[in-house]
Amino acid sequence: MLQTLQETLSRLAALDPAVIAIAGLSLRVSFSAVGLGTLLGVPLGALVAVSQFPGRRLVVGLLNAAMGLPPVVIGLVLYLILSRSGPFGGLGLLFTPSAMIAAQTVLVVPLIAALTRQIVADAQDYLGEQLSSLGLNGAQRAAILIFDTRFSLVTALLAAFGRAISEIGAVLVVGGNIDGHTRTMTTAISLETQKGDLPLALALGVVLIAVVIAVSAVASLLRSYAMRAYG
Amino acid sequence: MSAALPLVIDGLCYRAGNMPILNGVDVAVTAPGITAIIGANGAGKTVLLRLIDGLLAPTSGTISIGVSAHPRPSTAFVFQRPGLIRASAAANVSLALAPLKLSRRERHDRVRAALHHVGLAEKAGAPATRLSGGEQQRLALARAWATAPDLLLLDEPTANLDPASSHAIEHLVVSMAEAGTKVVLVSHNLGQVMRLAEDVVVLAAGLAVEHGPVRSTLSSPHSPQARAYLAGEMPWTAFAALP
Repeated sequence: MLQTLQETLSRLAALDPAVIAIAGLSLRVSFSAVGLGTLLGVPLGALVAVSQFPGRRLVVGLLNAAMGLPPVVIGLVLYLILSRSGPFGGLGLLFTPSAMIAAQTVLVVPLIAALTRQIVADAQDYLGEQLSSLGLNGAQRAAILIFDTRFSLVTALLAAFGRAISEIGAVLVVGGNIDGHTRTMTTAISLETQKGDLPLALALGVVLIAVVIAVSAVASLLRSYAMRAYG
Repeated sequence: MSAALPLVIDGLCYRAGNMPILNGVDVAVTAPGITAIIGANGAGKTVLLRLIDGLLAPTSGTISIGVSAHPRPSTAFVFQRPGLIRASAAANVSLALAPLKLSRRERHDRVRAALHHVGLAEKAGAPATRLSGGEQQRLALARAWATAPDLLLLDEPTANLDPASSHAIEHLVVSMAEAGTKVVLVSHNLGQVMRLAEDVVVLAAGLAVEHGPVRSTLSSPHSPQARAYLAGEMPWTAFAALP
């Protein structure tokens, strides 16, 4: 056990290129997925919050339920869509980082949309009538409420990032865990544990936790600074 | 004369689910200046303002504002809570101008003029949510003033403000009324109503039980409900005694 920890620390201290490459790919995939998820999920959640339409309760229920979608099932569905015989097989995306980004985007969009809906709905309780009174339409109200709740939405995006970077099922199925190509921190930890290379698995685990803490800390600092500056 | 006159409310009813809030309000306001609406909590004052502004749709009855339907006289609503977004004071005023499709220059000029009018020109760049309560309410008035409304609806705009801040708000409201905006003010402050309003509507249990010049109405009300309210009787006691 002690020897394993020593080896882990020496790998981290030496900035093992394999660890750096795997961590880099993980970050690229998860940041891209959260970026795309933000573009899709935030407006979707805000529009659901400010709109009244038949079946709205059902949509809200589906969004909330979709937050718990099993990653491996998302991976399986995307695998079928992207496989050679699937509707998008011709794109040749299966077992590429792009497929992994797509899978994680599908994973985080419901989470971002559902949390955004709740945050914007709460803001609408105290600002909604005022904005309606100003003669703003639904899209304008949604945009303003997103702007007003931007500091709270950071928390939703952090939750999405945490879900994306820590999942294994979806990226394993559509990425294939190919060494040097689609291997992420979570798939590598699983593989190295099975192979018995515990120092590498532990080193990756430490990097994964450090990355999550660092991203959260930077986001919190930016949020605090912005709140001080803009109220 | 404001384009919002006459303001005619005819047989206005509003139900929230199964609960009746307004039960056939009939009021015709023809005088310029400030009209106050008073009444006990739950009398329907705020709902009436929301109906006038179009935020709620009446269950039955009509509201007619001015004589021209095209263009419809413009309205602005200042709520008891100022309803400001997390942005600068100037951005909050600019927000109100978004539907007017003004040029960038025109919008900028109007924002500056509105902030200057309420004495917040030097705080244009300050975060709105960091302003004091009185400043926030003045900013809400600036936001309304910037749109040059024909009809200004005020829902207890000085509730929770200290006397100096209340005085500043009252001064601004009077200046807007003198500039030709018709003002409808809901207030529990009878002193304020006496100082500001030309006429007063007394609401009780969803009905307009009295409407007349402010001094005569407050000093010698005709209806038992208005007498009970002005005497400070508990509404449930006062109305239980009515035939």
